[in-house]
Amino acid sequence: MSIEPANANQEILQQLQNPAFVIELRQQMLKFAILQLSSLQQAEDAVQEALMSAFQYIDSFTGRAAFKTWVFAILKNKIFDLIRQKSRLMTMSELFNDEDSEQSIDALFDASGHWNKYEAPQAWPNPEEILEQQDFWIIFDACLNHLPAKYAQVFMLREMIELSSDEICEKLGLTVTNLNVLMYRSRTRLRECLENKWLLKDDCSC
Amino acid sequence: MLTCRQATQLLSERLDRTLQFREQGNLQIHLLLCRSCRRYGKQVKTLSQLSKEFKNFDEGK
Repeated sequence: MSIEPANANQEILQQLQNPAFVIELRQQMLKFAILQLSSLQQAEDAVQEALMSAFQYIDSFTGRAAFKTWVFAILKNKIFDLIRQKSRLMTMSELFNDEDSEQSIDALFDASGHWNKYEAPQAWPNPEEILEQQDFWIIFDACLNHLPAKYAQVFMLREMIELSSDEICEKLGLTVTNLNVLMYRSRTRLRECLENKWLLKDDCSC
Repeated sequence: MLTCRQATQLLSERLDRTLQFREQGNLQIHLLLCRSCRRYGKQVKTLSQLSKEFKNFDEGK
């Protein structure tokens, strides 16, 4: 409560007069939205709507949250609405009739269910060290884009938008078992992709 | 004894739900003996942490 709400808003309104600030904020939002919607058009619309809502409801911004966190919270809701609309069109059979993904997981293990020799996880640096690597996010981004769209969506709803499993199941009409399988495949493929592309600097087509 | 495939599935589910007592026990025994699955468990947790940082990555922090 160190900042009076009115002052916080005034400061933000000043920042919003600065084109560089707005352009940079919009770029960051767009980047985030594109990843989740995998459509530039939809991402631009979502960002536009989120920014408009933010301006419209600027009075309800209390200054307790960082402005950027607040705008991103609005954006997350817009994205979630769009994903929900899209996923209505996607049937359960489409979600699970996905032999490619099943096989790509199978390939990691031998017939008795143990790691194949060349697929066993290697040691990673700790998260702080990972974050210091400049090209890490580029590769993370590439690996996310490399997941089948439906996997990436569920992964992002859970890990980035931070919905609970129950919320995701309820909103997408999945059972918990379905969701667990989707999350397992997403994490396993993402893990493998990061390791191959970044840690081992390998040019495999994972 | 769990296979690595079963153990990794539980390591993923552990991030989304509370494991049952028995699942927890079986998993711990497997992890004691399996370095690859210990790594997998750490790494999926790291993925989760990194994902939460992701939207801030333009700031360089």
